[in-house]
Amino acid sequence: MRTRTRVMSAVTAGGALLALSGCGAADMTKQASPYANAEGAKTVTLSVQSWVGAQADVAVAEYLLKNELGYRVDKVQIDEVPAWDALSQGRVDAILEDWGHPEQEQRYVKDKKTIVRGGDVGVTGHIGWYVPTYFAKKHPDVTDWKNLNKYADQFKTSESGSKGQLMDGSPSYVTNDKALVKNLGLDYEVVFAGSEAAQITQIEQFAKQKKPFLTYWYKPQWLFEKVPMTEVKLPAYKEGCDADPAKIKCAYPHTPLQKYFNADFAKKGGEAAEFLKNFRWSEEDQNEVSLMIADKKMSPDAAAKSWIKKNESTWRAWLPE
Amino acid sequence: MATATASGPVRDTGIGALLRHRAVAKLLLLALAAAVLVPIVSAKWASGAWPHALTVDLTEPLGRTSDWIIDNRDSHPLFTYFFGHVSNAIVLSVRGVYLVLLAAGWAGVTVAAGLIAWRVAGVRLAVTASAAFAACGLLGMWVPTMQTLALMVVAVLASIVIGALLGLAGGLNDRVFRILRPVLDTMQVLPAYAYLLPFALIFGMGVPAAVIATVVYAAPPMARLTALGLRGADGGVLEAVTSLGATGRQRLFSARLPLAAKQLLLGVNQTIMMALSMAVIASVIGAGGLGDRVYQALSTVDVGQALAGGIPIVLLAVVLDRVTAAAGEKAGAHGQDTSALRGWRGWSVAAAVTVAAALAARFADRLEWPTDWVVNIAPSVNTAKEWMVDHLYTGVPVVGGTADWASHFTTWVLNPVRDGLQGLPWWAALLIVAALAWLIGTWQTALTAVAAMAAIGVFGVWDKSLDTLAQVLAGVAVTLVLGFAIGIAAARSTRFERLLRPVLDVFQTLPQFVYLIPVVALFGIGRAPAVAAAVVYALPAVVRITTQGLREVDAAAMESSRSLGATSWQLLRKVQLPLARPALLLALNQGVVLVLAVVVIGGLVGGGALGYDVVFGIAQGDLATGLVAGVAIVCLGLMLDRVTQPTERRVKKGA
Repeated sequence: MRTRTRVMSAVTAGGALLALSGCGAADMTKQASPYANAEGAKTVTLSVQSWVGAQADVAVAEYLLKNELGYRVDKVQIDEVPAWDALSQGRVDAILEDWGHPEQEQRYVKDKKTIVRGGDVGVTGHIGWYVPTYFAKKHPDVTDWKNLNKYADQFKTSESGSKGQLMDGSPSYVTNDKALVKNLGLDYEVVFAGSEAAQITQIEQFAKQKKPFLTYWYKPQWLFEKVPMTEVKLPAYKEGCDADPAKIKCAYPHTPLQKYFNADFAKKGGEAAEFLKNFRWSEEDQNEVSLMIADKKMSPDAAAKSWIKKNESTWRAWLPE
Repeated sequence: MATATASGPVRDTGIGALLRHRAVAKLLLLALAAAVLVPIVSAKWASGAWPHALTVDLTEPLGRTSDWIIDNRDSHPLFTYFFGHVSNAIVLSVRGVYLVLLAAGWAGVTVAAGLIAWRVAGVRLAVTASAAFAACGLLGMWVPTMQTLALMVVAVLASIVIGALLGLAGGLNDRVFRILRPVLDTMQVLPAYAYLLPFALIFGMGVPAAVIATVVYAAPPMARLTALGLRGADGGVLEAVTSLGATGRQRLFSARLPLAAKQLLLGVNQTIMMALSMAVIASVIGAGGLGDRVYQALSTVDVGQALAGGIPIVLLAVVLDRVTAAAGEKAGAHGQDTSALRGWRGWSVAAAVTVAAALAARFADRLEWPTDWVVNIAPSVNTAKEWMVDHLYTGVPVVGGTADWASHFTTWVLNPVRDGLQGLPWWAALLIVAALAWLIGTWQTALTAVAAMAAIGVFGVWDKSLDTLAQVLAGVAVTLVLGFAIGIAAARSTRFERLLRPVLDVFQTLPQFVYLIPVVALFGIGRAPAVAAAVVYALPAVVRITTQGLREVDAAAMESSRSLGATSWQLLRKVQLPLARPALLLALNQGVVLVLAVVVIGGLVGGGALGYDVVFGIAQGDLATGLVAGVAIVCLGLMLDRVTQPTERRVKKGA
């Protein structure tokens, strides 16, 4: 008797679960966030990347989607590679700023066809090594990588020990720095800040003390307005010189940043999809919004609003006819 | 062998007495084993580093597994017929709760929180609960709070059901209990951050993965306490019930479960606290809600905004903790409720008032929290933080600045400890672990500890793990020094303890992400801030346990020593501290486990080593790096727990 009741209750529970989620196969890829569409409005889910430039893209897009097109916008913060995965599953509808992920592009855009390209953001990204301008002015030859060893002593910290410190940031960012230091024979230790927030905090702290430092950094980035930095020239980038990550000996390329959409969203996303496809602005525009968010600590919404007031001609062109 | 000389204090000299002393016997046995094994081992692998021949490279198989999952996630029956349904059920439930919360509006939810607290715990907590929810609204966090609450309701209910079922099985069946207990004990020492990645891979980024990770983290205390409660039931009562002719099921429901009610409610309390502590960590894999706000604030280096997202979590935690604790005490006490509103009457009044409040808000068109009632605390918090950093960072007269401390700490403590550990031949490290674990526990615990340590080497992350271990040891040392000092002070002054209590509450429940930025601003990046963050997190538990342990020292022993004319310093040193030894050991164990949990998060501020690898794994979707580092952390946790855990287990984990 007892075992039968137990089996029965197990079956009932299983049945209830099935009934709850609809019978038959359940495709996780067609699943949205439980918080989406809560007030009956059309919802677009955007991936916000951790850096502020991407937040500026999303803030402006969100404001216009909400106030001009009547959408509700959900934002999810996910790291870059998992964001591709979420995009392919339809958990997010669009990534507004991608810095180049050839492996993921091959997998999701070419093979699985679950993601489509959405065109340029209008901003060109560049990664490099930077020293603070106040230091570069005093020692102009530091901006050539060949002289870096001469200055290793001044870039020492307790974390890098007897070598100079080259500060790297978030683990989600593209970096060849460990290989570069080794292959160029530099007397430096790569120290990973572990997150962009930690890296920025440290740079600002160094700048306040007018201390020298060498850091991995990227453009466009609002921090340049606050802490002027000068790039250190690495051996010039040539097509294909970064093919073998272990033997790399050249600088980082200039990448036109891309938008990517979930394939279904691109087809059926209506006005929102069309608007996001048209979304395209300049580096100055993006920096203006980024600076308001990150440095003036305005809310992304307020920052977007203030930019939108001044640049009507730019964004009018993005709205669907 | 170094181990043989460390024989400790032995009163009786002579070989026979030495051998009779158990600790010495254990050490001698170990030394003997070492004398045989070490020459063989060092003949085979001359260098002190972990031998390459003994490692297993998991990069290839794990990479393939991860590719397989991604390629088959939308077509394989395992996913479409099993995980898919689980995932859908979670999304539906969370959505259901969320819609109810939104429909009730802020007025309905705030009133309901107050009334539930009133029925369960009385008027004072009712006011606290309502005020806490109102505060979430005031901070402009109403919608994220509701999202987190919806996720928590589902995760906590699932944890309680699963935990109770496991606990029931363990409580009623000895064999199940024997299998379950070590598993549950182990689960309690695992740092949550280490095992997020597999869930994210299987379920994709989002709420389902977050809920399941939360359940895995929060269900064990429920299962443990249920099993312990059922097993602890009074034999006499059971005997009496059986002799009255009750069947097995009647016995369970009429005697054993009611007798275990207090333990069950403690389990619920623990489960809720653990689940809430996951709220922010799970945002890394897309949980949304408050955690996501904190995480987003972190990326703009906005401490004020992060705090605005963190305070509601603290408030939720404090309210839920107090309410469930009060319910537990009520279940323990047997007083008769004589008020007119007892039982169902009180609850119907509560329900009616809630509905009325929700409807009133709806008709007043005030369903959403009014935007002009929002207080923006971010600017003032940021100003305060800037001021603090400007004045403490460097050049403070006499003591030096925090940046100088950090750099000295790294150079003079962290580096030597790390280099020492990494310079140690691997077999010596294993022997030390074995000796420590055996001295404090049994040969089984020693074996587990050694196996865990060896597993780290086998996975090929020996050096990195020792780096992390060095950070943990340094963190624990600082935590214990500060914790014992504050704990002793609190035990001696009730007023100080009362002042301290809310501070401890806040730091125990405040998401670690919130204080990562101030910590970096003060200590720079690197291992020092990682250790500092860990100390902040582990300190409250150590202080609490120390205070309580000292307070509970037998009053008669204290009185008699005082009458013998002992000064208060002598009293502390000669009577209180020795008598509170078990509590102090427990504090050590808790300190170790909690410090390890945060040193992982230290990967976000430059702690490097295993923590960085876990963060890297999640950020890059790299299962091989992330999972191996996660497993290594788990092994470190296991090893440290066994090495610091005196024979009998403690009841609960920190928060």
